[in-house]
Amino acid sequence: MGSEYSDDKAGQTSALALKILVAGGFGVGKTTLVGAVSEIRPLRTEEQLSQAGRTVDDTGGVDRKTTTTVAMDFGRITIRSGLSLYLFGTPGQDRFWFLWDELSQGALGAVVLADTRRLEDCFPAVDYFEHRHIPFVVAVNCFAGSRAYGAHDVSRALDLDRGTPVVLCDARDRDSGKEVLVRLVEYAGRMHTARLLDTVG
Amino acid sequence: MTEDRATDPTLQGSHWYDAEAGPLVRPYAMTGGRTEPGPGGARFDFIALVDLAEDAPGSAEESLLGPEHRALVALCRLETQSVAELSAGADLPVGVVRVLLGDLLESGYVKVSRPVPPAQLPDERILKEVIEGLRAL
Repeated sequence: MGSEYSDDKAGQTSALALKILVAGGFGVGKTTLVGAVSEIRPLRTEEQLSQAGRTVDDTGGVDRKTTTTVAMDFGRITIRSGLSLYLFGTPGQDRFWFLWDELSQGALGAVVLADTRRLEDCFPAVDYFEHRHIPFVVAVNCFAGSRAYGAHDVSRALDLDRGTPVVLCDARDRDSGKEVLVRLVEYAGRMHTARLLDTVG
Repeated sequence: MTEDRATDPTLQGSHWYDAEAGPLVRPYAMTGGRTEPGPGGARFDFIALVDLAEDAPGSAEESLLGPEHRALVALCRLETQSVAELSAGADLPVGVVRVLLGDLLESGYVKVSRPVPPAQLPDERILKEVIEGLRAL
């Protein structure tokens, strides 16, 4: 398998692409965050579920609809030529978990967007990444009119593992979004180092 | 199914479909009904990067390809594309793009970069570069 994959061209390192997931409940601002930091307008890719989703996609009651389309928004940040970051907004509905499995394969980490007015919406995402040991940060999208909570309150309310960063952010703001990503990459690096040390000692 | 409605005499001559009906060509019709890439093709990751092969067949042979295959080749000609970008650019579902890419890989039009292996993070130097790059945006 994979024998057809091209190897590095002589004297040239091959391009590297890294994947970051943006998860969270419906309407919490995932696409907004992707759009705020992406250098391209968020693109949309679709997957038809007629085949892959046969067992999970209940279309009962939907007349004549034999396929369901699930859309994922994504964006790109080019760090330099040959090194780019791709951000994927994960589909919000629980029944699309199987797509998360594919998306999280080889992902550098994840951002779980939270809204303090309905914190429970991000529980499934937190559980998902904790169980799979995928590094994630919780980014609290500070909507106007929502009561301000401290990062510590959110961390306790979500019963996060110690060390999981909680960042307050404004998903519409580019600098704020960048800061969230920086915190995630730093944390992913720390997690990775810790795991390496574990395997050695 | 829509066929029943198409042959329903009471509906003949009227517009029995609308935007709600979705595309009139089912996505996997473009792949000849195949839902997986050919035997040589691995499953392409969303962020596997696709480049035009330097020794890709010429335009004479390219004209023998189907329109969707040609659309993918044209996108790769512009710049390196991830599988996800190809899907958005050609307006095709990811599953369809994977099958078509398998064909293009086998016939030597494109090359596909190996994605980062699961659970294997890039080294610290690269993560540092990413952080600095993000800050500098």
